[in-house]
Amino acid sequence: MESDVLVVDDSAAIRKILQRVLRQTGMAIRTIHEAGDGQEALALLANKRVDLVLTDINMPNMDGLQLLKSLKSAEEWRNVPVVMITTEGGETKVAEAVRLGAAGYVRKPFTADQIKEKLAGILEPALPL
Amino acid sequence: MNLHQIIVESINQAASNVFATMLGGELGPGSDFVALGAPEPTDGVVSFIGIAGPWMGTGSLTCSSSMACAICSQFLLTETTAVNEEVLDAVAELTNMIIGGVKNDLERHVGGLGLSIPTVVFGRNFKTRSVGSTEWIVVHFPWNGEQLEVKVSLAPNEKFALPLHHVPTHACAIEV
Repeated sequence: MESDVLVVDDSAAIRKILQRVLRQTGMAIRTIHEAGDGQEALALLANKRVDLVLTDINMPNMDGLQLLKSLKSAEEWRNVPVVMITTEGGETKVAEAVRLGAAGYVRKPFTADQIKEKLAGILEPALPL
Repeated sequence: MNLHQIIVESINQAASNVFATMLGGELGPGSDFVALGAPEPTDGVVSFIGIAGPWMGTGSLTCSSSMACAICSQFLLTETTAVNEEVLDAVAELTNMIIGGVKNDLERHVGGLGLSIPTVVFGRNFKTRSVGSTEWIVVHFPWNGEQLEVKVSLAPNEKFALPLHHVPTHACAIEV
């Protein structure tokens, strides 16, 4: 089954790189949606169903931890896996993300292999042509 | 090792790691020095990130317009010949990753720190100034015939009680 993914980052450059990397992972991905912060992500999720959220932590308006908290406290989004992708390496923020229910954590700068490895247990691989 | 050495080592490690991972290329060896007083006028692209916590200050990245375009081209695998929104965004994200790496290293020595959202300036003949601190730890890296400058200015935050083993004699010279 193909999955829909939401990428949340205030950097358009990182969203573009993640679009490319996600397409290279070999996972069965149908659509990759984008949002520039947590507020935009929640607005988008009001109308679209996604199977995975990849989010930065440090963003204006609503950061990634607030977004994670909102998703995990809402019945319709509680089971959507959320992977944090961020420069933050502090134990406090990692522990907070795990406590709030994050499915994983990737530190920037990242390689395509690191993203693929993190998503291996979450998304299904694409079927061979 | 004092804070100056820790910052220089962190800048070298973070910058090399980011270029190798995200741009698929190697930075040349960094040469470091301390810059005091008012900076010289600058051309090109400058990106800043505020650092806050027990120690506070600014992390910055400076490069020429042509280098910013080259960075963006490698970062996004696109052809870029003029500074535009995409170039400024790429430089901001590069700064976020490099100074973020330095911040993560520093946290082991001075406690939890926070980073602001990056600000990028592009133009000619402008000056930058960080109020309250005049000492910058600067590292210059050669890359594709041009120079990337990464610098950090940091001083103790008087609003925070410093850990006992980090009592400074003056800014950026603590033993840890």
